[in-house]
Amino acid sequence: MENLAELTVAALKLVVDANDLAALDEIRVDYLGKKGQITAQLKSLGKLSADQRPAAGAKINEAKVRVQDAINARKAALEHEAINAQLAAETLDVTLPGRNAERGSLHPVTHTLNRIEDIFVRAGYSVEQGPEIEDDFHNFEALNIPSHHPARAMHDTFYVDDRHVLRTHTSPVQIRTMLNRSGPLKVICPGRVYRCDSDLTHTPMFHQVEGLVVDKDVSFADLKGVVAQFLRTFFEADVPVRFRPSYFPFTEPSAEMDIQCTHCSGDGCRVCKQTGWLEVGGCGMVHPNVFKACDLDPEQVSGFAFGMGVERLAMLRYGIKDLRMFFENDLDFLQQF
Amino acid sequence: MKISESWLREWVNPQIDTDALVAQVTMAGLEVDAVEPVAGEFSGVVVGKIVAVEQHPDAEKLRVCQVEGHAEGIKQVVCGAPNAREGLVIPFATIGAKLPGDFKIKKAKLRGVESFGMLCGQTELACGDDDSGLWELANDAPIGTDLREYLQLNDNILELDLTPNRSDCLSIRGIAREVSVLNNCDYNEVAIAPVASAHSETRSVTLAAGDACPRYVGRLVKGVNARAQSPLWLVEKLRRAGIGSLGPIVDVTNYVLLELGQPMHAFDAAKVQGDITVRWANEGEKIELLNDQTVTLKSDALVIADESQALAFAGVMGGKSSAVSDDTTDILLESAFFAPIAIAGRARNAGLHTDSSHRFERGVDYQLQNSAIERATALIVEICGGAAGDVFGAVNEANLPQAAAIVLNKKRLATTLGLSLDDSDVVRMLTGLGLTLTDETDDSWHFVAPSYRFDIAIDADLVEELARLYGYDKLPTRTPVFANELPATPENGVSLRALSAALVARGYREAITYSFVDPKLHQQFAGGKSVITLKNPISADMAEMRTSLLPGLVQALRYNLNRQQTRVSLFESGLVFEQGSGDQAYPQERRIAGLLYGSQQSTAWCHGKDKADFYDLKGDVEALLAVTRNQQAFDFVPSAEPAAYMHPGQCADITLNGQKVGIAGALHPSTIKALDCSSSVFVFELTLDVLLTGKVPAFAPLSRFPAVSRDLALLVADSVSSAALETAIANAAGDSLKSVALFDVYSGKGVEDGHKSLAYSLTFQHAERTLKDDEIQQAVDNVVKTLAADYGARLR
Repeated sequence: MENLAELTVAALKLVVDANDLAALDEIRVDYLGKKGQITAQLKSLGKLSADQRPAAGAKINEAKVRVQDAINARKAALEHEAINAQLAAETLDVTLPGRNAERGSLHPVTHTLNRIEDIFVRAGYSVEQGPEIEDDFHNFEALNIPSHHPARAMHDTFYVDDRHVLRTHTSPVQIRTMLNRSGPLKVICPGRVYRCDSDLTHTPMFHQVEGLVVDKDVSFADLKGVVAQFLRTFFEADVPVRFRPSYFPFTEPSAEMDIQCTHCSGDGCRVCKQTGWLEVGGCGMVHPNVFKACDLDPEQVSGFAFGMGVERLAMLRYGIKDLRMFFENDLDFLQQF
Repeated sequence: MKISESWLREWVNPQIDTDALVAQVTMAGLEVDAVEPVAGEFSGVVVGKIVAVEQHPDAEKLRVCQVEGHAEGIKQVVCGAPNAREGLVIPFATIGAKLPGDFKIKKAKLRGVESFGMLCGQTELACGDDDSGLWELANDAPIGTDLREYLQLNDNILELDLTPNRSDCLSIRGIAREVSVLNNCDYNEVAIAPVASAHSETRSVTLAAGDACPRYVGRLVKGVNARAQSPLWLVEKLRRAGIGSLGPIVDVTNYVLLELGQPMHAFDAAKVQGDITVRWANEGEKIELLNDQTVTLKSDALVIADESQALAFAGVMGGKSSAVSDDTTDILLESAFFAPIAIAGRARNAGLHTDSSHRFERGVDYQLQNSAIERATALIVEICGGAAGDVFGAVNEANLPQAAAIVLNKKRLATTLGLSLDDSDVVRMLTGLGLTLTDETDDSWHFVAPSYRFDIAIDADLVEELARLYGYDKLPTRTPVFANELPATPENGVSLRALSAALVARGYREAITYSFVDPKLHQQFAGGKSVITLKNPISADMAEMRTSLLPGLVQALRYNLNRQQTRVSLFESGLVFEQGSGDQAYPQERRIAGLLYGSQQSTAWCHGKDKADFYDLKGDVEALLAVTRNQQAFDFVPSAEPAAYMHPGQCADITLNGQKVGIAGALHPSTIKALDCSSSVFVFELTLDVLLTGKVPAFAPLSRFPAVSRDLALLVADSVSSAALETAIANAAGDSLKSVALFDVYSGKGVEDGHKSLAYSLTFQHAERTLKDDEIQQAVDNVVKTLAADYGARLR
């Protein structure tokens, strides 16, 4: 019993000095195990008188608890150190770029078309497409542009043969839709169109999106409402929209629509050529002759149509300065969208 | 069309300023493109006259002029203009004058000779484009008068961009009519009194082209002085319309064209042999025109002919042989109506576009010819003297256009505009435009269109006139309410957007290339196809319609490689075109294609530098096919007949239910060489339509029982395809096989030449019970046995 205190001190010192879990376990076995030195003290209890035993036993147990607590504490400390060491060893430069795969991109024309489609599709319009090599009937005749009509000169048409052209607008899709579908119509027709013209501000191919609404008693007021709302939605700007009388053979009355310049708020700048207005497209009430060409009775139905150049809208929206960039497909250009 | 504002205001003068006028007509549909002052800002410039000229003693190109015009008397001015000569009347900027650009004229010494002012050309005063020398003013110009005052330069040129339907506004009179209606004020019609006939010589006119020319009016004016000077007002009005002075007779015809809208022509009567015939040209008939160009006419062109030859390309330009010259004494004036359809396109076919053809093909007032010839005669006689004869000509009333009678329904007008206009306003506006109200009932008006409005034929035309005169901006705006049916929405539909998104996620950038391609490049890709060539391509290298999306992508690749890009992956969707037959003259198929070039991955610390290969491309295509949820219906099979531009050993046909729907693979090394690329280019191209229908997911029950895997490494000859082995495994392994995965491919050391080792992991699972070991072993044994028998496969 005399050396219980010494044993305890020795054990506690060993615990403090232990540097790993194995050493701690050795200490535990050596002192507290079945054959451990402190455990062995219990055997000496037999030599004591019955009234001394409880106090002596309590002392031994107390020593065991002290050593066990010390071991536990040391063990926790060692585990903590070990985790810290692991964390230190595993520390990374989190600013290194991720192991990513490069993401591609959609063409700005597609972005713009998608945006236009989304706006109209939400309002119940459907999207229609058609061929790009068109016949004379769908591209011109049915649109109230007979041969020798001066408007044909406005179109700079690419000819495939005497009766077929590369469509000069997406309007023939309207004709096809009116011929193929019945009942009220609300459609938009996006796509490539072609004009035999190439300079700083013209490419021989570009994109248009046209809209067509046919129903009973559709009015010019409805046209103004839809077009103005669309432009404000598209440009995310609550700004004035202006309608100027114009001429298209397939609509009457016809108008060109301008939106107040979104860059200068109408004060005049380089983008709007100091006019305060941006020309964004044409529109009008469907001409009776167009309805007739589509076997519809202009006395029974009315409708409106509108059209816009997609590249023009993309240029205004994204600040692209040069039209020709759209078709060069320079990766430095494409990756910006 | 350019017109002078002050000329317009002579006709109609509303009390609004230039800006308001411009805004008003623009918003009425006559778009004003530009407003330019007639002259630049300058002051202190007077009409001067060179009274003496001497050579500068020290400068070969300079002359020393003595100039009259300054209040203090004759001034010495050194001048470098080549046309400086004695007697010339010119703009004289005196000391203290300010020229455009804030340029002040001061006393100067040029090479030792003193100069007191400057003699000016048009460009120095911003008054025109003539920069050949001094601006030669009329000899009778009042010396010493302020130039601005003399030429009435406080004026603007309005440049109108008229739409092709508004031929009635291709004249001062037409625009004045519009402005008067817009401002609800009168306009001053020019008084045209018939010129008394001084002789009775005429020519007979035969109209031999039916309704192409139903009216031809002529007049002989004899004894004119073709050398007379056009008066200043005439020259200035023409100049402000962008027309140069070409002698008094031509100036007058041009003036009438601008003032009234009637294109006219003057022949030298001495060069017109006998009577006049308006007829169709003989096929191949040649005529030398006023601009020295000789055109060969087709039989659809109209000519004015005398008894020996065609004198003029009718409605387009006069001929050289009968042109008026300084020596002309007798002229034959022509004022005709040619139907738009008879003129349309004819000038363009000959590479011409004239003020005359521009008007005739859009429509000239068919009642204007007689008053126009009176107006022209009066002016010519006033300026050049001469004796006018009887007006002669021919008219075929039945062939003249018919004035449209239109019924405008009041309710329809209100419905279309979404607004009820006052009845009195409707009548005021339309009669102001020259329509005649013939009847009015409770629900409609009856109008007859004037002879100058070729664009007014039906009620919709009147609705448009009223809308624009009332003002588009004042018309109501409404959000329409539509019936709101929910559209059919097939769940198996696949959108192009979803397909594109799959490629974008794998690094592809969307390109949009021209649908017409360079025949030289196209040749590589169009073998065996009937290519469509444009009749009028924009350039030789954009002449053929693409039969594949690949040439465009390859061109985009080259563009980027030339700009130091080293890794390029692009895709495009769009139509390809081929010559067809029968009902399908030009079949147009939608496709989607991609191109992959360069390293597998972008340069990064964590990426290798391996070049992309066939399997990178195939993985991308598989990802694309997976969007349909129907990927297993597609197969990649070695191309039996690979296209010439494809690498025969690295080209797969993509099939759907056995039908070829696309290709994927490497370009042929010789194609790559021809394209100037340094390493392999991988491409795919698929019919788009087959990807737009996919599959609706269908649930299969999950098994609650354990899955067991077995691996098999098989040695087979190189020629055995892994797809064939995989199919054979699936067939031989029985119903419990859940999946097969190829996890290793090896050839080289340890594998005999001409052979490869393929290692598969087979996973078995049963829906309703745990599989027993011997069942699985039996399935594996059966696989091994079958593969050995059918493909000579051995276990490794």
